[in-house]
This record gives sequence, structure tokens and C-alpha cells, in this order.
Amino acid sequence: MDLIADHISHRFGTLDVLDNVSFTVRAGEVVAIVGPSGCGKSTLLSILGGLLRSSEGQAELRGAPPAGSLNPLTFVFQDFALLPWCTVEANVEFPLVHTALGISERRAVIDDALRRTGLTDFRGAYPKQLSGGMRQRVGIARALAVRPAILLMDEPLSALDSQTRELLMEDFIRLLADGSMGAVYVTHNLEEAVRLADRIVVLSRRPGRVREVVTIPMTRDERGDINARGKLLAIQNDLWSLIREEAIDAEREVQHA
Amino acid sequence: MLDRAPQGTQDEDKAGSRPVAFRGAGFTPSAGRYSGWIALALVIAFWQLAGSAGWVNALFLPPPSAIAAAIYKLALSGALWQHLSWSVMRIGSGWILGTVAGVIVGFGIGLSTLARGIGITFISALFPIPKIALLPLLILWLGIGEEPKIATIALGVFFSTAISVYSGVDAVPRNLIRMAQSFNVPFHLIVRRVIWPGALPSILAGFRITASVALLLVVSAEMIGAQYGIGAFVLQAGNLMQTDQLLAGVVILSVFGLVVGKGINLLEARLLHWR
Repeated sequence: MDLIADHISHRFGTLDVLDNVSFTVRAGEVVAIVGPSGCGKSTLLSILGGLLRSSEGQAELRGAPPAGSLNPLTFVFQDFALLPWCTVEANVEFPLVHTALGISERRAVIDDALRRTGLTDFRGAYPKQLSGGMRQRVGIARALAVRPAILLMDEPLSALDSQTRELLMEDFIRLLADGSMGAVYVTHNLEEAVRLADRIVVLSRRPGRVREVVTIPMTRDERGDINARGKLLAIQNDLWSLIREEAIDAEREVQHA
Repeated sequence: MLDRAPQGTQDEDKAGSRPVAFRGAGFTPSAGRYSGWIALALVIAFWQLAGSAGWVNALFLPPPSAIAAAIYKLALSGALWQHLSWSVMRIGSGWILGTVAGVIVGFGIGLSTLARGIGITFISALFPIPKIALLPLLILWLGIGEEPKIATIALGVFFSTAISVYSGVDAVPRNLIRMAQSFNVPFHLIVRRVIWPGALPSILAGFRITASVALLLVVSAEMIGAQYGIGAFVLQAGNLMQTDQLLAGVVILSVFGLVVGKGINLLEARLLHWR
């Protein structure tokens, strides 16, 4: 299943946030969206996921979702968005409660999601008892439980410390390895973008326009190789040079706002 | 290969050093486990001493022993239970009615634009009215039975409950609602599984306030027009200068308030254990 951003523009009141953004996320592909602060990355993701109505243009799906997918477009949130009154298990079960899955089937799905995210031993814990990294794993397990076609990830690692980020990045790479699931990965962290994405959409300063679409010329497996580091760093530097001036302007704008 | 720096011994660098002064004390008050009870016991002991030694006239301030004796006699005679049961019935009925209506209206205001527009205007206009002032009107409307007293309590409870409920609904993190929407969770399940538990801390805090409001109103209403009830009992005792009985009634009200408060504590511990 493909996800298409079709000439999406958006404004909040008189503030133009996005301007004519178009690109396609093909089945199994990971597309990162980067750009200066306030360029509309998260707004774009909300529009793509159907949580926000765009002012112009629209998000479209092409093709059938994978068999058994209960929620083809599934978010992973920056702040985890876990129900604090529910255990890990109940949080993972939450998106399944209204589905047609039987109890035993639901249990199997939850067990599988917890196993894939290493949370089996924490199923009875409450979010407040978990570290930030473990909380985000719960968010990922919850997303996996509905067998998404495309994960919509809104800076999923930005609330975490660097060591936890590194560990979760490895988890993402593993989960996306078989290509059965695509992702739109919004981030301000260029290193995360070049490690994870197949393509990177660079947005301009507000109103966000597609400034460049950069393809990473190697597989994610190859990127783990020590010899690939230099090439990835060069891409990262190129991306930074694309964004840097606008990032400085955007930061000044935010400070003066 | 890591190039490790040599580890020098700390003691070599200690010459001429002094400890950094600690500046982080204070600003972390914590209630001692027994200090409150000890202070209460001391006040009661001093009060008893003042009464026994004749420092204060027992007609105006009877000693705690006289109040305890009055409570004991009231309990033995059955009058305590008679008055208490009337008060509890009025509080219970009024509180339940006001709470149910307040929760429904509060959720309406919290979830519906139309209800919010209308409801907040009415609540803002009517909430500041002292509800006991409406008792004469309610007597005219509902007669001189139990209904006007229960209605007064229900009205007092209703407004505070409605406000705490819609404030609680407003305080539910929007990201949780968006998360539920992103999984296509239907509206009624979002209300039941996200908004209700999210608003519960505020609703229970509201219960604490409405319990006090109900106690205040039941006493006031019973003083205005009732034969039985703790409020009526306190007023009669005052009229007859039976200050030991009067204070016995006050102590019973205090204990009643404490028991309700403890009940709400237990409810919070059970329902909000996740906090």
C-alpha cells in the first residue's frame, strides 16, 4: 500500500505552514521528513495520518492494505501517548478492544507484539514504572499490534537520551528490516534520518515546501558496516548544508515569536 | 582500541582542599506521622485542664469529658442515631442526585460545543448563589417535607461537581485522545477508556469539595426547618443552653466529615493507584 501526499497545503489562521507538498511513500519504504524547526513536519504527518484536515490537497492511499492489517496508518508518538492508568499489556491491547478479534486471537497478537519489543516481562507494569525508552517500546508494541502498513513516527526518539536513542534505533532497523512495513519518519535529527530512511524529504522553512528528495544509496544492512560511516556522514553533511541557513533563520524567528 | 588515561590517586590532590558547603537544605516539608495527633491530644488536655480548674465557664465551653459524656448518653438513648440517620439520609440523597446530574452535565460541557456554550453561561451565573438562600423558594415549590432540603443539597453539590467534571475532561491530555482517534477507537470507547479515567482525579477532588458542601448545607437546612437531624439537634441544644450537647453535635459532624474524607481517600487509593 502506498501513501501519497498530493499537493498538500495547510494554514493555521493566517499562518501558512505547508505549501504544495507532494511525495509518495511506496509500500515497505521508509521516508524521513526533515527540515528546520517549525517547517510543518509534524503538521504534515498529522495530515498524512488523517488527524488533521489539510487546507488544500490531500493524503491518499493506493493499493490494498496488507492482509490482517487493523490500522494501516499507525502513529508512534513523540511523547509515547500511553494511558497511565493501564498496564503495558492493557496499553498494547487498547487499539484492539473495538476490533473483531476474538479474545484468544487478541491475546496472541499482544503476546507477539510484547515479544518483538522485549516487553514480555513488563506486561504488568504501569507506564510510570518504566524508563523513557521502555515507554516508547510500549508505544511501538501498541503500533505493531494493529499490523500497520505504514508507521507514522513523529520524532519518536527525541524525548530520549542518546544511549536509549541508539538502542531504539537498532530496534527500528530490525522491525523494518523485512520490508513488510513502511514508515514516515519525522525527525530533526539528520543522523537518524540517514540511518533509517530509504529516501529523505527535505522541507524548506515555513511554509514548508519540498526542497529536495534525497535517496540513500545503500540498504539499511549496508549502513551498519563501518566502511559506510563515511558515506553516511557525507550525506548527513550535505543535508545539513541544505538546512543550516534556514534553521538559523527559523531559530531566530522562534525566539522572536 | 580505547586509549585509557592513567588513574591518579585522589589523595595526591587533596592538599589544601576544603569541603563544598551544603546549600540544599529546606523547602521539603513533610508531615510527621504522630505530630498532628500529639498536638491534638495536647490541645484537648489543655482544654480539659482549663475546664476542670475552672478557668473557663463550663456553660460556655464545657470540657471534653462533658462532651464525651453527652455523646455517650445520646448514643445510649438512641437520639444520636435518630438525628444522624436523618442527616445521612438527606446528605446521601442530595449528594447522589447532585453528583449524578453534575457528572452528566459536566461531561456534556466537556464534550459538546453546544452544551459548553449554554452550560458554562448558566453555571457561571448560578454557581455563586449561596444555595441555602434558595431553601425558602424550594419550600414554596416542593412543600415543607424532605424534598426542599434534599434539593438544596443537590443544587450545592451539582454546581461544584459539574465544574470539577468539565475541568477534568478539559485536563485530559489531548495527545491521548488523538492517539485513540489514530487507532479509530469509537467515540464512546474514547469517553469510557480515555476521558473518564483521565478526568477521574479531578472528579474525585470534586467529591471532596461536594462532601463538605453537602455537610454544610444539611446542617443549615436542618437548622432552618427540621425536627430531626444533627443541624436541628445542634440548634435545639443552643436554644436550651445545653452547650455540652451542642458541642457533642459539632463533634459528631466533625467525625462524620472525617469518615467521608477517609472514604474518599480510600476511593482515590483504589481508583488512582496508577498516579
